[in-house]
Amino acid sequence: MQNQFIEHADAAENFIKDEPRTDWHDETLWFVRQKRDLAVNKIPEWEELREFASKIKDHSLSNLDNYLLEFERNAQNNGIQVHWALDAKEHNSIILDIIKKNNVSKIVKSKSMLTEECHLNEFLQENKIEIVDTDLGEWIVQLRKETPSHIVLPAIHLKKEDVGETFHQNLGTQKGLTDPKELTEIARDYLREKFLSAELAITGVNFAIAETGGFVVCTNEGNADMGVHLADIHIACMGFEKIIPKLNHLSVFLRLLARSATGQPITTYSSHFHKPRVGQQMHIIIVDNGRSNQLARPDFRNSLKCIRCAACFNTCPVYRRSGGHSYHNAVAGPIGSILAPNINMRENADLPFASTLCGSCSNVCPVKIDIHQQLWKWRQVLMEEGHGKSSKKIGMQLLNLIFTKPKIYRLVGWIGRMIMKKLPFSISNSLNPWYKQREMPEVPKNSFREWYLKNKK
Amino acid sequence: MNSREKILNAIGQNKPSLVALPEVKIAYAENINLTSRFSEILTGIGGNTIIVKNYLEIKSNIQEKFGTYHRIVNQVDEVEIKNEDSLELKKPYQLEDIDLAIIKGRFGVAENGSVWVEDSDISHRVLPFICQHLIIIINEENIVSNMHDAYRFLETTSFKNLQNSSFGVFIAGPSKTADIEQSLVIGAHGARSLIVYIIKNKF
Repeated sequence: MQNQFIEHADAAENFIKDEPRTDWHDETLWFVRQKRDLAVNKIPEWEELREFASKIKDHSLSNLDNYLLEFERNAQNNGIQVHWALDAKEHNSIILDIIKKNNVSKIVKSKSMLTEECHLNEFLQENKIEIVDTDLGEWIVQLRKETPSHIVLPAIHLKKEDVGETFHQNLGTQKGLTDPKELTEIARDYLREKFLSAELAITGVNFAIAETGGFVVCTNEGNADMGVHLADIHIACMGFEKIIPKLNHLSVFLRLLARSATGQPITTYSSHFHKPRVGQQMHIIIVDNGRSNQLARPDFRNSLKCIRCAACFNTCPVYRRSGGHSYHNAVAGPIGSILAPNINMRENADLPFASTLCGSCSNVCPVKIDIHQQLWKWRQVLMEEGHGKSSKKIGMQLLNLIFTKPKIYRLVGWIGRMIMKKLPFSISNSLNPWYKQREMPEVPKNSFREWYLKNKK
Repeated sequence: MNSREKILNAIGQNKPSLVALPEVKIAYAENINLTSRFSEILTGIGGNTIIVKNYLEIKSNIQEKFGTYHRIVNQVDEVEIKNEDSLELKKPYQLEDIDLAIIKGRFGVAENGSVWVEDSDISHRVLPFICQHLIIIINEENIVSNMHDAYRFLETTSFKNLQNSSFGVFIAGPSKTADIEQSLVIGAHGARSLIVYIIKNKF
């Protein structure tokens, strides 16, 4: 894993060194956010849909064990084999077992953030098993030995020149290709061979329906369907929170998902799997991996309502200017920042601070997760649990002293203004972190209090 | 205790107290022409619609457009276009070189330009994905307004008594990707083009 131990702020500092590229990243994602707005504004009942989606998910979480049992029963009746995995390790070993039992070696995978979370690719590699990611963006980052930087647009951190170079180095294509159409065509040809020879196909799950024992997988490229309908074995991996009670609830979620994600009215393919085809094995792995802990935290449990649309990424001023890899977690962005500390509080203690708390994430969330409030609440938890940096603690204590004692506040303000006026170089230098990438503000003639006392009559 | 029991126990202990399940009721009174909305949306996402009187018109239109294609799989008997022989005996990967597939759609959805395709209408599940070009035929009377109507339709047809459908898919336009710099490219892994023929009953 790259960037595993680089904190978000440091990784972000590195990311923004290339200013034109940072601007491009920022604008590209904002463009996706604007497409979302255009699509959303065409649906007068949008807010009603969000409210229903939120309530259906609230209900599902409050009855989750029963719905999982109902799902399992119906799925088994449909001929699907159901597995349960307590953690990432068990998830990976279930897959390895199926691979070994069937003696297969050719494996394709469509996009699944859960398998990223479980580091399935690395695990299979260690076991000398080749697995090919077939979503174009995921395949590109796989060739580069990187991880996705965005859950919907995995290669959004790359420019077309980078993709051309990656193909040149890994596939021996001509150097200097930059036409997205040509590059996509190369991928289509190459991956078609992989699809045709695949013996086993792995997919994620967008929604699992308790009432019918089926599940839905959404893609635009058609890669999930190409994989599973050609291979003799289909393994679908789902976090247990993907459960929805009824078939007709899909109407609400499918109306919200693609519009929130990319501004499309629906993804090109929304495939409903209920039974394996004749001669095919269909497996589903239901994974916990820390989710039941999150369910126990009243302040954070509703992060489990997430449908992985990434609207919160695209709207986030911090994500857009720091890139997905700065978050050193399978799911980046605002939602990743409230999910990650649950999995490992120490390693991810920096993430809830990677936010301005502007609240835009919560406003675009199709299932109404209070993301920015949870970010703020995580900060309280992390500081209390001793995961805050000492510089932050000392800083807060100092500010606490200043802001609770008016006399000290006035004195410090006066000193500050004097120093900035008389000795600007003592502030405007590289030793002052606030001066990095910023101009210091102009010094006011007097404080507000002084102005007010003079003018109140 | 195995993992299944551990997970279910943990959820049982940690879940919040029961919250009521809302009944989804979306009020919509939009008075629109479903066929033109469907066409407009599908065209906007890279597909095409052609409104026809009957299957004969579909046949001549396809011959005009795809006359030079020789690998055609036609799964709609009413369209009298020659079919690849003994398709049923083939393994899915043997469909790899198909230029054009002609299949039936059960219904269309006006709000998003999608068509529901059911696997009992196609000889292989992979067919609408692996073909280079795809044609789906629907009846105009089977265009519903939105996804709520779509699932009501499914609950009384493919999912009647929650039994029948083993695989079904909403297909909305040709396969596409924007994974390279957000540039839209049509024809990612699935069909490069989609035409939906809408058979109009009343003229």
